[in-house]
Amino acid sequence: MNLDIVIATLSATIKAGTPLLLATLGEIMAERAGILNLGLEGMMLVGALSGFIVCFLTSNPWVGLLVALASGAIIALIHAALTVTLRANQVVSGLAVTLFGTGLSGFLGKMVIGVPIPNYFTPIAIPGLVNIPFLGPILFRQDPLVYLSYLLVPLLAFWIYRTRPGLHLRAVGENPAAADALGVNVYGVRYLYTLIGGALAGMAGAYLSLAYTPVWIENMTAGRGWIAIALVIFATWDPFKALLGSYLFGLVDAVQFRLQAVGVAVPSFFLNMTPYLATIIVLIFATTETARRRIGAPAALGLPYEREEKS
Amino acid sequence: MENNAVKMEGIVKRFPGVLANDHVDFEVRTGEVHALLGENGAGKTTLMSILAGIYRADAGNIYINNRRVHIKSPRDAIKEGVGMIHQNFLLINSHSVAENITLGYDRPRFLLKRKKLEQEIQEIGQKFGLEVDPQAKIWQLSVGEQQRVEILKMLYRGAKILILDEPTAVLTPQEVQELFSTLRRMAQAGHAVVFISHKLEEVMRISDRITVLRKGRKVATLATRDTNPGELARLMVGREVFFDIKKSPPKPGEEVLAIRDLHALSDKGLPALKGVSLSVYSGEILGIAGVAGNGQKELAEVISGLRPAKGGKVLICGKDLTSVSPRRVIEEKVAYIPEDRKGVGTVGNLSVLDNLILKDYRRAPFSSGTFLNLRYIRDHASSLVEKFQIITPTLETSAKLLSGGNLQRLILAREISCSPKLMIAVHPTRGLDVSATESVHRMLLEQRENGAAILLISEDLDELTAISDRLAVIYEGEIMGIVEPKEVTLEEIGLMMAGKKRKMLESSEVTS
Repeated sequence: MNLDIVIATLSATIKAGTPLLLATLGEIMAERAGILNLGLEGMMLVGALSGFIVCFLTSNPWVGLLVALASGAIIALIHAALTVTLRANQVVSGLAVTLFGTGLSGFLGKMVIGVPIPNYFTPIAIPGLVNIPFLGPILFRQDPLVYLSYLLVPLLAFWIYRTRPGLHLRAVGENPAAADALGVNVYGVRYLYTLIGGALAGMAGAYLSLAYTPVWIENMTAGRGWIAIALVIFATWDPFKALLGSYLFGLVDAVQFRLQAVGVAVPSFFLNMTPYLATIIVLIFATTETARRRIGAPAALGLPYEREEKS
Repeated sequence: MENNAVKMEGIVKRFPGVLANDHVDFEVRTGEVHALLGENGAGKTTLMSILAGIYRADAGNIYINNRRVHIKSPRDAIKEGVGMIHQNFLLINSHSVAENITLGYDRPRFLLKRKKLEQEIQEIGQKFGLEVDPQAKIWQLSVGEQQRVEILKMLYRGAKILILDEPTAVLTPQEVQELFSTLRRMAQAGHAVVFISHKLEEVMRISDRITVLRKGRKVATLATRDTNPGELARLMVGREVFFDIKKSPPKPGEEVLAIRDLHALSDKGLPALKGVSLSVYSGEILGIAGVAGNGQKELAEVISGLRPAKGGKVLICGKDLTSVSPRRVIEEKVAYIPEDRKGVGTVGNLSVLDNLILKDYRRAPFSSGTFLNLRYIRDHASSLVEKFQIITPTLETSAKLLSGGNLQRLILAREISCSPKLMIAVHPTRGLDVSATESVHRMLLEQRENGAAILLISEDLDELTAISDRLAVIYEGEIMGIVEPKEVTLEEIGLMMAGKKRKMLESSEVTS
């Protein structure tokens, strides 16, 4: 195969993988604190729309990004209030948030459907690095959000494993009672990381509407939030494995797109299905694997915490 | 004046419906091991939880080093130098020892300096005889080592007043010995140690002074050398208790339960039973001694049909019942008193009535095929409630509202009412107070008189030696030996619990 096609496909892989990576990193942070956030899809959509509208109004994608981060966090606040303070079922609350985000973005987005934005994130080649043979044009001719995602992976991994706040985060997700007894503010930690997760989901959404395909299309996340939730399991709650998993899915996406473009004699519906099919396969594989080894999942994931008082 | 590390004055704590502490005064001196003795529910743990900041007292004052303090949270308590080691360890299994110890501590603030931390932990460990590998993950440690981590956690934070809530319940006799020498060293180093217990023998061994609580009130504070177990028991219970259980000589009959070379896996998929062979005869109690987690739970579950065997056979009255369904086992009149009363023994949200017929509802006269015979069931249940003295407001009360002792009586009532041929009892008296324990023992002995074969799994060696006819010791899924309780010392049983085979013991006696 032509080397240019390989480079183009792999570059598209990174682009397609980045929203998954951002969302997966956000979900990892929330789940590490013991909060299962199934509202990811809704938060991504709200982030995508709010970022898009603000960018449309200010013609500055960076302002759009900030607003997307904030609106993702605000939607996450609903989830945190319901699950942490009111101890609602996390699955039910997460589904409600997704339905809410989908409906809200669909409704408010009506007015900007098909509207072009004046300015959006475009690839910037990093001088020097881009000249590395083969890898340079794949990794270093991307837009700024991709570069941010490169930085986030080691940063979050360092945070989780090497710092005291990271230790507290892991402790709260594993055994909140133990953390509480030693003076860790369990509720505070859970709120904080649910909000961080929501902000990253908002950023993932903004990536879609401000860089990947800079228009607003209703439901433009197309299930990427759900794929990210599956990727968290695949990644065993580790940022570096999240990077690997996200790019693997990006590759599936990029390849199926290229196959459609060259006109392979398979109906496009089937090719469009491949990322979701891959999700199911990965989940079957990853869950049996983790079930066998019994490692990975934060032990208190999905469980509300209540300080024990004798009744 | 004596140097009081802690002085608690007129402490009152109410829980809905219970007065847990009723104007309790309590003092601990620096450099002493002070035992807090009382039955379950006497208010020992509540009193110490107030000192450790877990509960807040409704009334009363606390002084530490003669200075009045207000302790509102565990964090305040640790600032005042008070550290409590709970009965259930609060450890994070997937984290390392060092991570568990530094959790929630605020120095260093941001970066975790592992090397330095690990070194500090080792230094403290060496000083007090609490050696444990700081890099090990908690799940890799034995229960005794986990307890050391809990103690280290408090010492690392500079605790000067250590409270241990029933620390020996999960330990082998040898580990208890090590713990006691650690407590001694801490007291000598000027710490004050509070040792919560209901075991008289241990309290006599380790403490300098003893405070006895009964029903939320302080009964007495005594110097250990001036008292004796008999006096303490009387103070605890408020009446004379008889330590010797009256028991007729055993008259074993036919073999009821035969286990041959049984193998099974634990929940983690690791071998939990490695070729266990046992027989239990009708009219006898076979006790199984061992430290928790050596295959006892799996053994009981395989026999009762809750866990499949990986090899070997379970024969009940000669019938092969290996890896059959629990229902099939129930049909053979096997009674099962599980370790977990709330999760396995009863259904918390169902009524007392429903719980009493969980095993019988599908057969006549309880039901006629499709419909329950409610009138019969009601009569049956109320007669059981009366006979077994289950204290419940109504038959419709949810089982989860019953106290531990009542719940256990409910389970016993259900299990005994089918006149079992074989009874498997797992920790039947754990967490029960003296009188509830007595009644459980009496019921087990009654079944033995009636010719049932009883397999009794317990961690309480006093209980096992008092009521079993024979005693099997299990260690890492293997039987270390079967002995008659009267023939051996507690020390020998302890060694077997730690993995020495009976034969090895005998041969070492010959050589020495």
